Amino acid sequence: MRAFNYSRADSPAAAAQAALAQGTRFIAGGTNLLDLMKLGIETPQQLIDINHLGLDQTEATPEGGLRIGALVRNTDLAADPRVRKDYALLSRALLAGASGQLRNMATTAGNLLQRTRCPYFYDTNQACNKRTPGSGCAAMGGVTRQLGIIGVSDACIATHPSDMAIALRALDAQIETLNPDGNTRRIAMADFHSLPGSTPHIETALTPGELITGVTLPAPIGGTHIYHKVRDRSSYAFALVSVGLILQKDGSGRVAVGGIAPKPWRVEAAETLLPQGAKAVSARLLDGATPTPDNRFKVTLVERTLASVLAQARDEA
Amino acid sequence: MNDHPPSGLSRRRFLILGAVTATAFALPPFISLKAYAAHLEQPAMANVTFEVNGKPQALEVDNRTTLLDALREHLHLTGSKKGCDHGQCGACTVIVDGRRINSCLTLAVMQDGAKVTTVEGLGLPDRLHPMQAAFIKHDGYQCGYCTPGQICSAVAALKEIRDGIPSHASPSLTEPPQLITSELQERMSGNICRCGAYSNIIEAISEVAEVSA
Ligand SMILES: Cc1cc2nc3c(=O)[nH]c(=O)nc-3n(C[C@H](O)[C@H](O)[C@H](O)COP(=O)(O)OP(=O)(O)OC[C@H]3O[C@@H](n4cnc5c(N)ncnc54)[C@H](O)[C@@H]3O)c2cc1C
Ligand code: SF4
Ligand code: FES
Ligand code: FES
Repeated sequence: MRAFNYSRADSPAAAAQAALAQGTRFIAGGTNLLDLMKLGIETPQQLIDINHLGLDQTEATPEGGLRIGALVRNTDLAADPRVRKDYALLSRALLAGASGQLRNMATTAGNLLQRTRCPYFYDTNQACNKRTPGSGCAAMGGVTRQLGIIGVSDACIATHPSDMAIALRALDAQIETLNPDGNTRRIAMADFHSLPGSTPHIETALTPGELITGVTLPAPIGGTHIYHKVRDRSSYAFALVSVGLILQKDGSGRVAVGGIAPKPWRVEAAETLLPQGAKAVSARLLDGATPTPDNRFKVTLVERTLASVLAQARDEA
Repeated sequence: MNDHPPSGLSRRRFLILGAVTATAFALPPFISLKAYAAHLEQPAMANVTFEVNGKPQALEVDNRTTLLDALREHLHLTGSKKGCDHGQCGACTVIVDGRRINSCLTLAVMQDGAKVTTVEGLGLPDRLHPMQAAFIKHDGYQCGYCTPGQICSAVAALKEIRDGIPSHASPSLTEPPQLITSELQERMSGNICRCGAYSNIIEAISEVAEVSA
């Protein structure tokens, strides 16, 4: 690991200002950043610890929703009685991710900003446009079983690995940020993660120094919430495919899919086809998909997982 | 946690500092200018104080030192093990401020002021923690490498169930989680045992938890 300086910020504003300096990173739970620093993939010169800024509370909003602090731990968010009751999809997605130990450290913002699990990104001997822009992509023609099938580009076919993000996308969450100039803004989940195009190293809409302060959820929408994660072992593994579903009594609903794209994959036009069943929805959802021979199975897996989740939701309703 | 005072400026460092100041970049007061030179020079050090197994400890560590390395290399508490150093195995599991975490994925400096419990703090050979005794009784190990992490994890996992924290295996999110085998298996999935002692580990934990089935 490269040497770095460490400091604890004393306010969100000071943290954002300090982070403008090149080579500076916030550290929250540290479970992704330290992992990548040990491998020399992240090489910050300055770490700003944001764990002591009081951003760890979840509060009701005047609109009837919830505001989740950026530093709320994944364990606490999943266990929050309001989330369990009104946003069960979020609890379920969080609980399907990582391990008990990791969820105790991992934070809301850190989870959103965790980087891809593409094996070539992790191997610094391999070409990777995301790690070293312009160096090429060793995944192309390599082992791509875990990689993306839609929203990908000629430069990068990696997926975003977060389970939590799938739920936040289906729930129409908004990301609240504070900029170094003191201005705040809200970014819709739909616009938060970027598609790779020719710049796969740019992964989100955040600008230099921008600090995530919280995530807001709109008022609950009811319905039956199911998160189904298909993986190589039944716990403590990243998704091959995951489906988050909110199904209403009248048959309408929302679907977001993980494990297949560089961002949580949701196509509102596909949701209008829910009454026609999983085949119609997944055909529309995966319209334009470019799977590799290794990961073509994900096309079928999305349809089948959605079919199973729809059947389960109808049973539970 | 304090920054270690710099021991003289080299010419190179002076030039770097000069370059930084020349950009007239306003640094917040809690960041020292040497921050921007340190990458290039000697490691940055920090003083950390925390409580480990009930005893206050004050250490001077390189900022890069993980909590795991601070425990093992500085405090010689070698119960906590380094299996992967990447959060993937659970051998380094310790309890910090009442919660289990992977000590390989947190920095010692981040834990300044924390209360840490390692397997040595749960019990010692002459006065074992019930979980340690149950692991021995049920042969919850073969080589023993994963065992300290398993035991710390198990103690904290039972507390998580008692505190009503749900898991992936909980059938309902609105009912409190139950003390059943499937819950224990899911909650212990962050602790890998290369020897495959899993069934005995679950028996040991079940005995302590008085699991029904
Ligand atoms: C073995 C293993 C298995 C895992 N399995 C899963 C899984 O199955 N599903 C899953 O979803 N995840 C999984 N994870 C990933 C885990 O969820 C993430 O590592 C975690 O959520 C990151 O959160 P953190 O707080 O530790 O982030 P950190 O590591 O502290 O930070 C990550 C990034 O976010 C930035 N950042 C943090 N907070 C802010 C903020 N407030 N504003 C701006 N930037 C910020 C940091 O600078 C850094 O770049 C796994 C991780 C490991 C190690
Ligand atoms: S798919 Fe993306 S992350 Fe993976 S090697 Fe190619 S450029 Fe890198
Ligand atoms: S050594 Fe920490 S999880 Fe493996
Ligand atoms: S007892 Fe050998 S790894 Fe678990």
